[in-house]
Amino acid sequence: MVNWANFISQCFNGLVLGALLALISSGLTIIYGTLGVLNLAHGAMFMLGGYAGWLAYTYSGSFIVALIAGSLFVMLVGVVTERLIIRHFYSRPPEDQLLVTFGLGIVFVEAVRFFFGSLSKTTPPPALFQGITNLGFMFYPTYRLAALGIVAIALLALYFVLYKTRIGMIVRAGIEDSVMVDSLGIDVYKVFMLVFGIGAMAAGFAGIVNAPVVSIAPDVGEAILVQTFVVVVIGGVGSFPGAIIGGLIAGEIISITSMFNPAYSYVMLFIAMTLVLVLRPHGLLGTAGRE
Amino acid sequence: MAGFKSGNKGMDGFSRRRVLQLGAGVASATFIPGLGTIGWAYADDKPAMGTWPAGSQGDTVYIGAAVPLTGAYASSGEDERKGMELAVEHMNTNHELMKKIAPKVDKGVLGKKVALLSADSAAKPNQAVQAEQTFINQNKIILMTGSTSSAVAVALNKFAQREKILYVAAISGSNDTTGKDCVRYGFRQNFYGQTAAAAIGPVLIKQFGKNRKAAFMTPDYTYGHTVTKSVNDYLKENAGWEMVTNQVSPLGTQDFSQYLTNIANSGAEFLINVNWGRDAVLSSQQAKQFGILPKMKLVIPYQIPFLAKEVGPDITEGVFAATDFWWTLEDKYPLAKMFVDAFQKKYGYRPEWGAENGYISFAHWARMVSEAGSFYPPDVIKQYEKGETIPSLVGDVHYRPEDHQCVRPVIIVRGKAKKDMKNDEDFWEVLEVVPGEGLMQAPDAFGCKLGDYT
Repeated sequence: MVNWANFISQCFNGLVLGALLALISSGLTIIYGTLGVLNLAHGAMFMLGGYAGWLAYTYSGSFIVALIAGSLFVMLVGVVTERLIIRHFYSRPPEDQLLVTFGLGIVFVEAVRFFFGSLSKTTPPPALFQGITNLGFMFYPTYRLAALGIVAIALLALYFVLYKTRIGMIVRAGIEDSVMVDSLGIDVYKVFMLVFGIGAMAAGFAGIVNAPVVSIAPDVGEAILVQTFVVVVIGGVGSFPGAIIGGLIAGEIISITSMFNPAYSYVMLFIAMTLVLVLRPHGLLGTAGRE
Repeated sequence: MAGFKSGNKGMDGFSRRRVLQLGAGVASATFIPGLGTIGWAYADDKPAMGTWPAGSQGDTVYIGAAVPLTGAYASSGEDERKGMELAVEHMNTNHELMKKIAPKVDKGVLGKKVALLSADSAAKPNQAVQAEQTFINQNKIILMTGSTSSAVAVALNKFAQREKILYVAAISGSNDTTGKDCVRYGFRQNFYGQTAAAAIGPVLIKQFGKNRKAAFMTPDYTYGHTVTKSVNDYLKENAGWEMVTNQVSPLGTQDFSQYLTNIANSGAEFLINVNWGRDAVLSSQQAKQFGILPKMKLVIPYQIPFLAKEVGPDITEGVFAATDFWWTLEDKYPLAKMFVDAFQKKYGYRPEWGAENGYISFAHWARMVSEAGSFYPPDVIKQYEKGETIPSLVGDVHYRPEDHQCVRPVIIVRGKAKKDMKNDEDFWEVLEVVPGEGLMQAPDAFGCKLGDYT
């Protein structure tokens, strides 16, 4: 089954999957980098984005509206969650933070199940991107190509915010040393709230973009959360470029391994993660000392 | 390190609680006059075992169901739980349908009300076993059920044999459940890999001829492997079909693009999708996104409840599938009609086959217990093992004493086009009801050894 057409197709699959993982992971990594909280509800944010987008689509019939309304909704959920709950856990031990975010994830998932049931919901791709495109070496779903573009734009936007704006500078400074940022007179709690909101929004946005590819169900975020952690570990905790590189590496490992034997694709992913941990314990682009 | 510490703490807490529970049990037993005597009375010919006799000494007997209410099989799990719930309600209220299957049911079973307890298994064996263990400790359940993943069914089979508590499988398609992993304490009503293959194979060969190329999609556990093997063996041996690729994916996969790319490049003419639950929904939808469907013909050897509802008739149109039950069988079987009507009245939709299997498995259990006149597990098992012909929702059936598998028909259906649907749940047309006898393997062909009664 190893032929060039298949190999290129699988590389392409890896790119699409990797881009999506990169976007979700960048949200997780900036939250952990800045707040020091490992957000186990991040998968639930991905899921909430999917449902919010689906609802918005159902009422408006527009994918653009779904994308905007859905991501803003998840950002709001992120901000409110940080303000009401996460904030009270900054000074508590990491076990408590893990437990509270894990619990929040369950609450979000079960609330959605309560209101919408377990049957999958489908958001169709926008009319412009329906159907299949002939790439010469293979036929590829047009929407997946579009999704690659949409995710790339979102990552660029995130890059712009993080690297070209004042607030981004503060966030990056917070990742390096939040105590120092605080002592410089910047209200670090406001920054934390915003970072949590932006991080959640990145996951939510990815959830909406993914909804036409993988129809949504309450558990949709569960599997993606594990892969996202792997990406963050590979890329380096707190590193935005690391999340992107880690995402692409993870996507390609999963896809290319599955060409030979799909059963080993996740094994290979974890082997890669282990190798990174052994050779570069802080991840490819991570640095020691980040919390 | 922190993880280890808290883990140990948890274990300590658990054993301390167990010690307290045991202590309380012993203390109360000492103070309840006469309890010791009852124990002795049974000890003569029927020694206490599992939750017997304690589980049937109150005015209510409990059934513990561990069904997937979350995860890839959640929608089917909820459906089967509803079927079970309806069966229990019918036992306690002398519903006409229950009386037709288990005539001696009289406002409960052997004078006891029946109550259903359910917990989420998430289709994970360890979680299912834990849930049942809790039910045993707290409620002394006398019957276990649950699965919708043969991995769970196999685990609960072994647990049932160890604990000496009866287990009736909920949806379980693996040959192993009543094959190499069969047990004396486990029973299965529904169809499985072998009977599915033997029923749908001839239909496919008749329809599409010999020497065709098929790609398989297989979930990576006992159900997937045995169903794929049975179907492939049948098509290969009887008509020279070739398996050009077998894409094995873990349970709960969401993005099937890597697998589908391999299939797109395989030269297959048929996509035989053994994936189940949400995995089947996603893989079928994505196969369409990749243009694999309708270019290849989709075949579903082991029907998935709600599949057509979730993916829509434009994917299921013309698709051949084997199943346990489809609601339009109400036109052929009066008991099926009574069941569909009662279910729809209570839950607002027509039951899928998970609900049917849950209902009928419970009804058969109620029949066996009430005919045996005893809750003593070996008595009930021996009643099943008489192999008597008994009613089901799809005609008369019986349980094989050698492997505890119900010999029952397999239903072959074909997906309807949207324009031919008479209502919004009229997705499938029943083509054939294939009698069970001719579909079964020899009882020892899959290595079943049932084990002991006590």
